[in-house]
Amino acid sequence: MAFLHIPDVRLAGVAACVPKAILETSRYAGFSKDEAEKFISSTGVERRRIADENITTSDLCLKAAEKLISDLNWSRDEIDCLIFVTQTPDYILPATSCLLQDRLKLKEGVFALDISLGCSGWIYGLQVITSMLSHGQLKKGLLLVGDTILKPCSPGDKSTYPLFGDAGTATALEYNRTVSGFKFHTATDGTGFEAIIIPDGGYRNGTHLSSFEMIEFEPGIKRNRLQTVLDGMSVFSFGISKAPESIRLLTENYGIDLEQVDYFLFHQANLFMNEKIRKKLKIPSEKVPYSIKNYGNTSSATIPLTIVTEIKDVIANSSKNLVACGFGVGLSWGTVQFFTDRVICSDLIEY
Amino acid sequence: MELKKFITNLEDVFEDADPITIKPESSFRDLEGYSSLVALSIIAMADEMYNVKLKGDDIRKANTIEDLFNIINSK
Repeated sequence: MAFLHIPDVRLAGVAACVPKAILETSRYAGFSKDEAEKFISSTGVERRRIADENITTSDLCLKAAEKLISDLNWSRDEIDCLIFVTQTPDYILPATSCLLQDRLKLKEGVFALDISLGCSGWIYGLQVITSMLSHGQLKKGLLLVGDTILKPCSPGDKSTYPLFGDAGTATALEYNRTVSGFKFHTATDGTGFEAIIIPDGGYRNGTHLSSFEMIEFEPGIKRNRLQTVLDGMSVFSFGISKAPESIRLLTENYGIDLEQVDYFLFHQANLFMNEKIRKKLKIPSEKVPYSIKNYGNTSSATIPLTIVTEIKDVIANSSKNLVACGFGVGLSWGTVQFFTDRVICSDLIEY
Repeated sequence: MELKKFITNLEDVFEDADPITIKPESSFRDLEGYSSLVALSIIAMADEMYNVKLKGDDIRKANTIEDLFNIINSK
C-alpha cells in the first residue's frame, strides 16, 4: 500500500485562472432542450469555460502563478521548485515546466518537472512537491496544475464536450518545521488505461491520415482518433468503488476521524458520481463543495479550483482540516489529508 | 445470488417501469424508462448490493436481464 506521511511542509497559497469565454450547457448544439435538462440534473454541469485557440494550459497557470506570487509577497529567487501537472502541454517536447521557468522569471537553479496525470494530478503533484520540500533544503515551491481539456474533445461528442471545462491553477508550498504536513494514499490500475484515452498522436499508434477521420459511433457521439474517448460507465464503476476505498484506507491507516474533517474536496467528475461517493462515505453535503456547476469537470484543476471558487474565505481566515481525493484517467487515484492555517487564496482570475 | 432478488433490485433502479415487464428474458435497453443514467444506476446497484465492479463493456455486451445477472454472478 502506498501510504506516505510528509512532514514539515505547509500549504501557503492557492490561485486559479479560467478563460473568459463561457459555454452554457443549455445552448449545446448536440442536445435537445429535454436532453440538456437531463444532462444538467445528472452531471451538475450548467456551464463551463473554454480557452480560445491561442490560450494554452501554461498561459492559465502562468496567470494564476503571477497573481499568487504577488499576493504571497514571495520573491521569485526564493522559489526552488516548480512542478507542472497537465495532459495538455504546450509541446510534445520540451517539458512545459522549462518554458514556465523562463516565463515566470524563476532562477536557473530551480528544480522543474512535468507530470502527466489528469483527474488525480493535483494529489500526485502535491505528493511530489511536498516530498522535495520536506528535506528542508528547497524552501519554497510552486505546483502548477491544469488542463485545456476541451481542446482534445470533439464538439460533436456529447459524452465529453458538454462535461469538461478549461482551467489552470497554482498552489504554493513552503518548508515549515511547525506543521504536521500531508498524509497520502495513492494507487494505480493500468488495466483501465482505455477508459479515458486519446488513441492516436502518441508513439504507440502514431498519427496517420486515418487519425483525422470523423467516425459516428452513435447519434451525438462523433469524433476522430486524436480526440478524447470517455467510457463513462467504466469510469463511473471505478470512481464509486475506488474513491471511497482510498479515503477509508487513508483514514484507517493514520487513525483520522472522518467527522473531524471540515471539507472533503473531491475531483469534480460529475455530480451523479460524486454524490454516490459522498453518500457511500456518509458525509454531510455541507462538507462537500462543488465547482462543477459553473466550471464543469476541469480535469486536474478541479480540486484547487474548488478551493478558490467555493471555500476561499474560510480557508483564508481560519484553520481547517481538509481531505482531497482525485480519481480518473490512468486509471490513477489518490487521497490526501492536511491541516491549513490562513492560506493566501487569490481571487479567481479570468483571462 | 438469486435471480428473483436481482430482479427486485433492478425494479428499484427502473422506478418508472412497470414491474411486470421485467422478466429474465427482457432486453433491458428496451424497458420503459431506460437511459444512460439507468445504466449507471445498474452499475451502482451491482457495487452496493453485490460488491461487483461492472465495466462499460459488461453492460454493452449484455442484452437481457439474465445476461446481466450472469455477468454479475461470474465476478
